[in-house]
Amino acid sequence: MSNKLAGIFAALLMAPAAVFADYKLNLQMPNTALGHNIYDLHSIITWICVVIFILVFGFMFYAIFKHRKSVGHKSANFHEHLGVEIVWTIVPCLILLAMMVPATKSLIELRDTSEPDMTIKATGHQWKWGYDYIKGEGEGISFYSSLSTPRSQIDGKTPEDIAARQANPNYLLETDTHVVVPVGKKVRVLVTAADVIHAWWVPALAVKQDAVPGFIRDTWFKAEKPGIFRGQCAELCGKDHGFMPIVVEVKSAADYSKWVESQKANMKKTAAATAPDKEWTADELKTHGEKVYASNCVACHMPTGMGNPPTFPALSGSKVVGGPKDAQLALLINGKAGTAMVSFKHLSDADLAGLMTYTRNAWANKGGDTVMPAEVKAARSAGK
Amino acid sequence: MSTATHDPAHDGHTHDEHEHKPYGMMRWFGSTNHKDIGTMYLWFSFSMFLVGGVMALIIRAELFQPGLQIVRPEFFNSMTTYHGLIMVFGAIMPAFVGFANWLIPMQIGAPDMAFPRMNNLSFWLLPPAAMLLIAAQFAPGGCAGVGWTMYAPLTTQAGPAMDLTIFAVHILGMSSIMGSINIITTILNMRAPGMTLMKMPLFCWTWLITAYLLVASMPVLAGAVTMTLTDRHFGTNFFNAAGGGDPVLYQHIFWFFGHPEVYIIAIPAFGVISQVIPAFSRKPLFGYASMVYATASIAILSFMVWAHHMYTVGMPVEGQLFFMYATTLIAIPTGVKVFNWVATMWKGSLTFETQMLFALGFLFLFTLGGFTGLVLSIVPVDVQLHDTYYVVAHFHYVMVAGALFSAFAGIYFWLPKWTGRMYNETLGKWHFWLSLIFFNVTFFVQHFLGLAGMPRRIPDYALQFTEFNAISSIGAFGFGLSQLLFLYIVIKCITTGEKAEQKQWEGADSLEWTHLPSPAPYHSFTTPPPLK
Repeated sequence: MSNKLAGIFAALLMAPAAVFADYKLNLQMPNTALGHNIYDLHSIITWICVVIFILVFGFMFYAIFKHRKSVGHKSANFHEHLGVEIVWTIVPCLILLAMMVPATKSLIELRDTSEPDMTIKATGHQWKWGYDYIKGEGEGISFYSSLSTPRSQIDGKTPEDIAARQANPNYLLETDTHVVVPVGKKVRVLVTAADVIHAWWVPALAVKQDAVPGFIRDTWFKAEKPGIFRGQCAELCGKDHGFMPIVVEVKSAADYSKWVESQKANMKKTAAATAPDKEWTADELKTHGEKVYASNCVACHMPTGMGNPPTFPALSGSKVVGGPKDAQLALLINGKAGTAMVSFKHLSDADLAGLMTYTRNAWANKGGDTVMPAEVKAARSAGK
Repeated sequence: MSTATHDPAHDGHTHDEHEHKPYGMMRWFGSTNHKDIGTMYLWFSFSMFLVGGVMALIIRAELFQPGLQIVRPEFFNSMTTYHGLIMVFGAIMPAFVGFANWLIPMQIGAPDMAFPRMNNLSFWLLPPAAMLLIAAQFAPGGCAGVGWTMYAPLTTQAGPAMDLTIFAVHILGMSSIMGSINIITTILNMRAPGMTLMKMPLFCWTWLITAYLLVASMPVLAGAVTMTLTDRHFGTNFFNAAGGGDPVLYQHIFWFFGHPEVYIIAIPAFGVISQVIPAFSRKPLFGYASMVYATASIAILSFMVWAHHMYTVGMPVEGQLFFMYATTLIAIPTGVKVFNWVATMWKGSLTFETQMLFALGFLFLFTLGGFTGLVLSIVPVDVQLHDTYYVVAHFHYVMVAGALFSAFAGIYFWLPKWTGRMYNETLGKWHFWLSLIFFNVTFFVQHFLGLAGMPRRIPDYALQFTEFNAISSIGAFGFGLSQLLFLYIVIKCITTGEKAEQKQWEGADSLEWTHLPSPAPYHSFTTPPPLK
């Protein structure tokens, strides 16, 4: 009997251990010198708080147990004591002053973005990040980075989808392209946004900076060792706020140079493939447009084109998509005020042309027409 | 003086508790009686508490597991938004205005509030505002998932739900301002002869200070949402960089209201606690004068720290240093208050009725929330924790274990005076322990989620956050269900509770206990009570 009980208790004790295999209790391990400072600063302040807390509530619990009526304690009648009151005003002042010294030091370091080795611009879009390598090795590289976790894992409609989610170690923290940076170099990040406020946050690199549309803010980090570090948008930015992660890949100097080479080669290829004067076939446009749709539109308007009315109208059978080209293009370029439809004018002429061709011929839409990049270009320069 | 603003129909009556009281619906719609209006405030607040609570449970149900199971992300955002707005403006603030209405006239020896008709209006503005907030859920174009802080320019994208919300905030602001003017005037002009300011119960002091905070800060919020409205519809560009505005301007204006708002909620809670702890320690409040000064300095400081909510917007480093230093200063008067409460208990003769338990729960958990606030005030640390679940845990310790627990303490404390009947002490204690345990199950683990890097306001999360989210959701449902027990206790008390005595609590010493029977008569003091 007692053995059985002991067995059950042991099982109960073990069960949480098995379930709680990967929980975390503290800040993520930092990968920058400043991050270590912040980590330590947080620990010190928390421990100071714990000690004061135990002290103050030690008194309270002593009173609760010893000065209670049920043990016959008679109440005293004092209600002030100048000495004690002065002490418990001055002592916290001194503790706070002591805390302010390391806090001030770390803060000044945190905000010192001077003399960077390279500069990258991160632009928040609803709901993905755009990156431009502005200065330093890799200058000119530019790409978007959006969530690569499949929608099916998020929706979890079938047991297989749920199993795939549970088996995905980077669920919601993975992107199609990574921000690659060299190790040991001071990277300055210019942060801005195209539509609403986002925030660029990578915990292990100890950076979080709001991305304010129309303004450029900056922050910096200097990674200590190579590896992949994951973060998320930290400012509510609408529907898919929880689905625009940030992945920073820190590489050794040599690997970084290789990556820059391959990026430059890729960019040349893409530039040739989407050159404005290139003649596109209808099928090329549709295939290209499907890709653009998948990375820009699918979150709201759904793969089926059925949208999610009333906030996100269906494109399949839509009057706008089936209507005149210039009205659809104007909507794409300007967005629609007062709705979730934002401007997509940052897309290239070829992207917009492909997108329009694709949507006008997909699902229930049987327009049969194509839109050439040159038409988009002409419309843009005509000032809409 | 006491009859100067009194309804002439009642003049000359000294025992008029059963006279000239309208019955039926008109008693409530047309009431100018501080007790009836106080009662309506409290019931309104409780029903909003349930509405906001259901929203919280929808949030927690969705977060029980990773993946999207129950709601779509845009609806989830709307739930976090309206849970916040309804709890802050619909539940917590009206609850304390309810206390103010019931207690201030009784505690200062006045017959009623200074402006009884305005009092009626300031209550009856609330239901339409609540209806607008609820109607926003069903507005065409979908609900507005912009967060209770309503940051621009996300608000520009939202549909008509946003306009309903803006008007609700306007109405709530008007109601608060009227209520505050009433409270200030009542306290300054209607005290019984001999009731000097420094003899007032601390609850009246905290409300006097809070009312000034409200008058100063609510118009700022009204301004912020009005600018949002004109940006949305009338072509202004206050918060639109493309037109020369600045989205961050909104945050400065909002938090210039928003930080005092935190103390608008916390300071009356301090007042309730300062009444309950001495009563059940059977010992006068330690450091009465320093309590008043500490409360006033917290109120003044609260206008100088707003940008600590915005450490990551990228303001100049000098600004961050100023706001960090100013914010940590608040720890000093807050510390003084906590020390005073503990010193009040020291060498007392303590008993632990439900309200004392809630007051001690408040003291313990509010201090914990204060400490996490200190951690968050340090800019470099806040850069890691800003907009994470650590912040969510922090402000729920202050708002729920702080304000809500103190409201429970106050209700158990004054219910016998209000209804003339006693609540069931055993059930009350069950309510306390269930609330305490489930509150901590819900929110303590959220500190760990925030530290490990879970952003707030997300409907789905990475797998490493699974366990603590599941625990938190279980706690939330336990906490929510425990509040139905509270409803049962209150209804049982009102209908079948045992008769309460005039001075139900041995250690209670303010005028409502020493001079008025239980239940308190319809008109408190038609002649001022004799005071030493």
